[in-house]
Amino acid sequence: MTSLPEKTGKKLGLVIDLDTCVGCNACVTNCKEWNTGGHMAPLTDLNAYGAEADGVWFNRVHTYEVAGHESCGAAPSRTMHFPRSCLHCEKPDCVTVCPTGASYKRASDGIVLVNEDMCIGCKLCSWACPYGAREFDVFEGVMKKCTLCIDRIYNENLAEEDRVPACVATCPTSARHFGDLSDPNSDVSKLVKSRGGVDLMPELGYQPTNKYLPPRARKDTTAAMPAPELKPVTADGFLGWVDKMLSR
Amino acid sequence: MNPALSVIFFTTASGAGYGILVMLGAYAALGRLPQSMWFGLTTMVVALGLITAGLLSSTFHLGHPERAWRAFSQWRSSWLSREGIMALATYVPALGFGLAWVFPESVKVPLYLLGLLGPVMAVCALGTIYTTAMIYRSLKPIHHWYNVHVVPAYLVLGVMTGAVLLFALSLLFAEPLKFIAPISGLLLAAGLTAKWRYWSFVDSTAGTSTPGTATGLPGAQVKSIEWPHTEANYVVKEMGFQIARKHAGRLRTIAIWAGFVVPAVMIEFSILMPAGVQVVLAVCAALVMALGIITERWLFFAEAKHTVTLYYGAEKA
Repeated sequence: MTSLPEKTGKKLGLVIDLDTCVGCNACVTNCKEWNTGGHMAPLTDLNAYGAEADGVWFNRVHTYEVAGHESCGAAPSRTMHFPRSCLHCEKPDCVTVCPTGASYKRASDGIVLVNEDMCIGCKLCSWACPYGAREFDVFEGVMKKCTLCIDRIYNENLAEEDRVPACVATCPTSARHFGDLSDPNSDVSKLVKSRGGVDLMPELGYQPTNKYLPPRARKDTTAAMPAPELKPVTADGFLGWVDKMLSR
Repeated sequence: MNPALSVIFFTTASGAGYGILVMLGAYAALGRLPQSMWFGLTTMVVALGLITAGLLSSTFHLGHPERAWRAFSQWRSSWLSREGIMALATYVPALGFGLAWVFPESVKVPLYLLGLLGPVMAVCALGTIYTTAMIYRSLKPIHHWYNVHVVPAYLVLGVMTGAVLLFALSLLFAEPLKFIAPISGLLLAAGLTAKWRYWSFVDSTAGTSTPGTATGLPGAQVKSIEWPHTEANYVVKEMGFQIARKHAGRLRTIAIWAGFVVPAVMIEFSILMPAGVQVVLAVCAALVMALGIITERWLFFAEAKHTVTLYYGAEKA
């Protein structure tokens, strides 16, 4: 049923640190690798090795030039990498617009999913998502989206430390964190509180579960450590004689 | 937004079909509908034909048309589902009305029931247009659609296109309907007003989201310097359709003249003409209007910008 649950037991989601993300695309790659064999498989690629390659991805990393932000310090601007994926909103219009009941938000943990067997591929849910999180699979004729790796986080065949979304497991800079954002004492909630985590486009009222940690303010230390001045090289003895002969 | 031909055809064709039903229902309620088998049969076939062709065309863009029946299930939350139900429900009074009107001898419907079927059909038809408009009007990421001007424009344009078609049909069968020419003219004026208000609203306002709010840095200047992938993807192709400003202006001019002004002039001018010329003018007015309204609908999709484009370099959406 595409009506939303009144309240969800947990609010599982991601916290993404824009201060430490280096834009390496490891999360993108591991997401694709896991999910093309996971719950929403396959993540179809079209013309993967030719011109105009296209395909379904649940996670994409953008790169921006940011100016007028405390993280720029004295510099006019800075580079910011920005991973974009489903935010598992508390008020996801992508679910309520679905005419078939294929889209749903789980009452137990708040994860937004698509039942591919019921999806008619009308694409309306992708129009209703402000964040571009849903991608249509033209080959399968159904809508696909991030599952928060439900087939990893509850998977008892995996070691306990591996029961996190593929993007979180692989991030080399620990810029991605996974947890229950309804619990104020969870690590992710504490992180959001201490770093001033924010919602994306809060003005639209979707109430995203995922939070983003803005880049930290930069203390301006760039000019304080100049490189030592270069001095002319002098040598004596045999090398001094060679130097003198070659310099003639 | 990507202007899919199937959806443009669906909204314009079914809108006109429902518009004919609204007009017929109104004339029937006032007891002003002439009893004529061929006029009745042709009009009902045209109206229901436009509606049915539109509905079928709207299923062509589905990934799984064979599952379309599932779309009737989520009327509690989904305007698309409500539209499907309203569209199906409208067939019941429309078919009843059509049979009673066209074959009064064989379908012995009491007069009070025919008087009732007309208004019920008209209300259902208006309701269907309303649910179609609400699909767009409820989408918060699209400023061009999430505003109060969308629903009035859909309702008026639906009835307007229906009235102009009915005018042409009534003249073709020499079954003049009282005041249909001035009513069509008034509806064309109302349609142009509704679209004018819509265009001035979308031209003078923008959505509240910016690249800053989209990336969690409100107040900062955020400029896209690299896309996630070198090639365009589904999101960019579906939601990032771009129309050249020059063409948008020209197409709007075409929509205004062909969709409203020229048909109105032709219809009002035709009143002064002999019957033969009148028919030709009425049919031409309908054809010109069709071109203009299809252009208008293409623009409704093509000019609409989605907030996801903010992630791909748009400065506003």
